[in-house]
Amino acid sequence: MKSKKANRIIGRVIVYVLLILLALLMLVPFVWMISASLKFNKDVFVIPFEWIPKEPRWQNYIDIWTKIPLAKFTLNTAKLTLIVTCLQLITSSFAAYAFAKLEFKGRNFLFLAYVATIAVPWQVYMVPQFMFMRSLHLADTHLAIIILQAFSAFGVFLMRQFYEGIPDSLCEAARIDGMTEYGIYAKIMLPLSKPALSTLIIFTFVNTWNDFLGPLIYLTTESKKTLQIGLKMFISQYSAEYGLIMAASVLSLIPVFIVFISLQKYFVAGITTGAVKG
Amino acid sequence: MAAELTAMERNMKRRQRKRDLVAYSFIAPNFIGFAVFTLGPIVLALLMSFAEWDGSNQMKFVGLQNFINIFGDDRFMASLKNTVVYSIFTVPVTLVMALGLAILLNQPIKGRDLFRTVAFFPYVASLVAVAAVWNMLFTPAKGGIVNQILMNVFHAAPLKWAASSSTVMLTIIMFSVWKNMGYYMVIYLAGLQGISEDLYEAASLDGANSWQKFIHITVPQLKPTTFFVTIMLTINCFKVYDIVYMLAGGSNGVVNKSAMVLVYYIYEEAFRNWKLGQASASALVLFAIVLVVTLIQFRGEKNYAND
Repeated sequence: MKSKKANRIIGRVIVYVLLILLALLMLVPFVWMISASLKFNKDVFVIPFEWIPKEPRWQNYIDIWTKIPLAKFTLNTAKLTLIVTCLQLITSSFAAYAFAKLEFKGRNFLFLAYVATIAVPWQVYMVPQFMFMRSLHLADTHLAIIILQAFSAFGVFLMRQFYEGIPDSLCEAARIDGMTEYGIYAKIMLPLSKPALSTLIIFTFVNTWNDFLGPLIYLTTESKKTLQIGLKMFISQYSAEYGLIMAASVLSLIPVFIVFISLQKYFVAGITTGAVKG
Repeated sequence: MAAELTAMERNMKRRQRKRDLVAYSFIAPNFIGFAVFTLGPIVLALLMSFAEWDGSNQMKFVGLQNFINIFGDDRFMASLKNTVVYSIFTVPVTLVMALGLAILLNQPIKGRDLFRTVAFFPYVASLVAVAAVWNMLFTPAKGGIVNQILMNVFHAAPLKWAASSSTVMLTIIMFSVWKNMGYYMVIYLAGLQGISEDLYEAASLDGANSWQKFIHITVPQLKPTTFFVTIMLTINCFKVYDIVYMLAGGSNGVVNKSAMVLVYYIYEEAFRNWKLGQASASALVLFAIVLVVTLIQFRGEKNYAND
């Protein structure tokens, strides 16, 4: 009996040791980032590494705004992310309502078109898509990035899966009461689908905020560039400005961090919904 | 009587048409954007892979010439090989790490939610920012923290990491595992929570130890999850681009043959060399690979459904 108890304690200790090691593995790059962002360039690679700088150089966080148009980049990204997320949310939930709750001609065929494209990676058609946008004179515009992200099949799919779980009898009752389909969508379905909407918000927000290849292909004018592209540009131009690079990196992570922490409960739920879809 | 019936029928038809129209009005805002900017380009991608086009002059159909060209291009072959190598190593390592993390974080321990958040954060963190840190941690210089650990703890020679053609893929794979394992951990956590407690209790009564329970209950019960994770991981590995661009692309973003991957090849052929036909042909190869993986998934799923 005693050895069993000892075994259990040993097991516990192993679990905690492993966890702390893994947590370190995940966190060290972020801690290093913050630490380096508060140093002079010459001190970043000094051995032994100083985890907490004795004289933190806050100046890095001021200089970075004038070294590159960081405010402009942030504003561009925020604008794009906001518009894309709103459009995605409205159009997806709208279309998903028809697919889940209405009978109409061609429903199965249209839905199949959506499902089939989920399996086609964007990278497969990014080239013709760009050529098409260019022929519409949309190259190097923010509108192109918005169009690129706002009509995803994934959003429709996610919302439809959720609506399927809401009983049809709810809609039927409302119809008998004389409510229009638009009314049912706005007054019954939308309020009920907060978890799915939150999931979609996080996915779209994170994807648009962090997107790299899209803006890299489309945006060539510096004043139109997004935070990710701007950051990469800065890193290429001033590769030895370690402190400033790290300060900019820390700043670029803050919005995602805030959204993630405040909505993380839904994020985990969303991934599992995605997993169920198979 | 007959006239009455047709009137009724006409009435019903009209109502059905009205219902269709309402439904289409719901779908239209999304579908128009989706059809024009996604479906259209997909069809165009097919056409372009059989054509020669530089983006400005007339498009010319050349049959299979683009495919012959790319399979004769050693940069394409290198990118195909690198993508396969990257996938072969990244998939199992990520899978094992994600499963390990999920099992650890499924235990009733203190601070579990905090640990989960920490494990998940690299996945949502912006790639440019975390890749910048990695490039500094894994700097080829001796002063880099990872080289310091190699030299002082393991008494090994310092490595050149992303700067050397022999270790660049290793660096990319390690980064990818680190960045993405939290995502798959969440999928595994959901799978673990779906396993009935009764199975473990019954095994405990039979005197099974933790390892036996893991091998005989957890692993078989997680089979569908593992299957799903493997497929998702494989597809995502074949789509890899930005990690390579960030870690192995020089200051001008040019990746050399030792780290070039499929999507990078597509990007370079299209937007640097303006060989749009060849770019589309290689995109079609990418699609074929992803399609095969997806079909395997469908078949596998059917098997599980029949079990």
